Amino acid sequence: MGRLRNHERGFWRPLLLVAGCLAVAMATDRTWAQEEAAGVAEEAAAAAAPAPPTVESVDAKADAAALAGHNAWMLTSSALVLFMTAPGLAMFYGGLVRKKNVLSVMMQCLFLMAMMTVIWALYGYSLAFGDPANASLRPYIGDGDFLFMKDVARSWDEAAGKPVEPIFGGGPITVIPRLSHMLFQGMFFIITPGLICGAFAERMKFSAMALFLMLWGTLVYLPLCHWVWGGGMLSYVPAAGVEPLWGGALDFAGGTVVHISSGVSALICALLIGKRLGFGQEDMRPHNLTYTALGAAMLWVGWFGFNAGSELASDNLTSSAFCTTHFAAAAGGLAWACYDWLTRGKPTVLGTASGIVAGLVCITPAAGFVNPMPALLMGAIAGVVCAFACSKIKATFGYDDSLDAFGVHGVGGTLGALLTGVFATRACWDIGALNGASGTKLGLIEGGTVIYGQIAAVVVTWVFSIVATFIILKVVDAIVGLRVSPQEETLGLDVSQHEEEGYIFV
Amino acid sequence: MKKIEAIVRHFKLEDVKNALVEKGITGMTITEVRGFGRQKGHTEMYRGTEYRVDFVPKVKVEVVVDDGKLQTAISTIVKAAQTGQIGDGKIFVSSLEDCVRIRTGETGKDAIG
Repeated sequence: MGRLRNHERGFWRPLLLVAGCLAVAMATDRTWAQEEAAGVAEEAAAAAAPAPPTVESVDAKADAAALAGHNAWMLTSSALVLFMTAPGLAMFYGGLVRKKNVLSVMMQCLFLMAMMTVIWALYGYSLAFGDPANASLRPYIGDGDFLFMKDVARSWDEAAGKPVEPIFGGGPITVIPRLSHMLFQGMFFIITPGLICGAFAERMKFSAMALFLMLWGTLVYLPLCHWVWGGGMLSYVPAAGVEPLWGGALDFAGGTVVHISSGVSALICALLIGKRLGFGQEDMRPHNLTYTALGAAMLWVGWFGFNAGSELASDNLTSSAFCTTHFAAAAGGLAWACYDWLTRGKPTVLGTASGIVAGLVCITPAAGFVNPMPALLMGAIAGVVCAFACSKIKATFGYDDSLDAFGVHGVGGTLGALLTGVFATRACWDIGALNGASGTKLGLIEGGTVIYGQIAAVVVTWVFSIVATFIILKVVDAIVGLRVSPQEETLGLDVSQHEEEGYIFV
Repeated sequence: MKKIEAIVRHFKLEDVKNALVEKGITGMTITEVRGFGRQKGHTEMYRGTEYRVDFVPKVKVEVVVDDGKLQTAISTIVKAAQTGQIGDGKIFVSSLEDCVRIRTGETGKDAIG
């Protein structure tokens, strides 16, 4: 402890004495307690002979063991998806903006994690996944079934004298705690609006962003989620009495719900908010591509939770979805790197990182429906198509989609949703069985017709996203105004919106 | 006393430092800067958008010398930092009012180096 001055010595000696006494007390107390417990166990063993196992009790044990496995994976997946928003997206996007705006991007991610979670907890999950008693509502939206986490959170069953543990699934659908389903889906509710931030980065008012995404999440994401995953009008496995559009669409982990919706909405945002000051002349290169590269890697890893977790169980198909995710990311990165190599002479970090994300976006709707080889192909196609969208198409139309939210998510998601209709196979998921039609052929490669449902879902998502986002933006503009002032934009959002600086090195 | 500000290429810093030290000029300060002269920048096409990148990263080396050593210092820096390509940099010379060694309080010529 070095050279102690008098008052410090006076402090340490009594402290050591007290610590010593406490240690002795705890040790004796523990041995005492252990002796007591041993005594109790002996008594119990002597009193009751164990009852012979029944089929029901063994069945229950098997169910419990299965639940433990599935739930462990689902909770892990939920954590992985949250990890995608921050640090994944926070770093990926953060590195892409100019230094003066780095905090604004990260703040958007953190704030959305908070705000969207609260919305999801209060009414989001309920409106997305509730099953209305009124059949005419069922195709379009959920209900108050799970409002304020009713029938999601545990409650007390007086009659049975034990807690109620709400579950999701049953029958052919793997049983997991409903809490886990809610949490997992909630992470998607967080990241989807986060993706849109890429379109209006560096110029949108924070208050406008918060209001816009609160409304967008409620009015665009919740219905869409219900339509595709809540048994609504776009679902391949609709709820009772719902007639899905053109047969319904296959969307394993969110090609439509997450990527097309956010990507297309991002485009509308970019168009309505307008280009950044100095766009086309000033140097707006990414201020820290190291963040972007590492962020992309985090997104790759997190996406295993996003896609493989969407199996909502831990089984063989989970492994297949994990595999297609990984392969598509790899092929996408390779493809965009080669695209850069051929068109610009050198492969770039930004291109490779973007290609990885493009591949992942494309495979998202298809992860549990296509096999690994088609996944490689899909990833590669996405790498090239998105690279083209982010350079040639953006240049042609001249919009400022700052971080390529539309170029990667909108385009990649649309591509993925359509290619799902090509490569989906019953060999991965015999989803027809859930409709009482086991063995139904799915994608074009096996002569199936789900492509029509895919097209319907893509069109509906595009139209709905465009119209709804346009209206919401106009409303938000009227209430708080969308864009910061030119002076604030020049100063940078970190300072103007948050009065903070990202880097204070000197 | 003269102050020399030499703007040189990043990868030439070690050469400049070693050359100066060899000539007995043992104190210097460096900062990372961006700038352009005739080198200008270039127009980049980045993700579908074009923009000018004018400022080029360089290193600024500041050295203080006695009047007698000025020419030696300049020629040493020029020789070490030169590549013959546009963008080799520039040297600015200004008169220095005074120089103080903080530890001892010495001033003037004795405080240099």
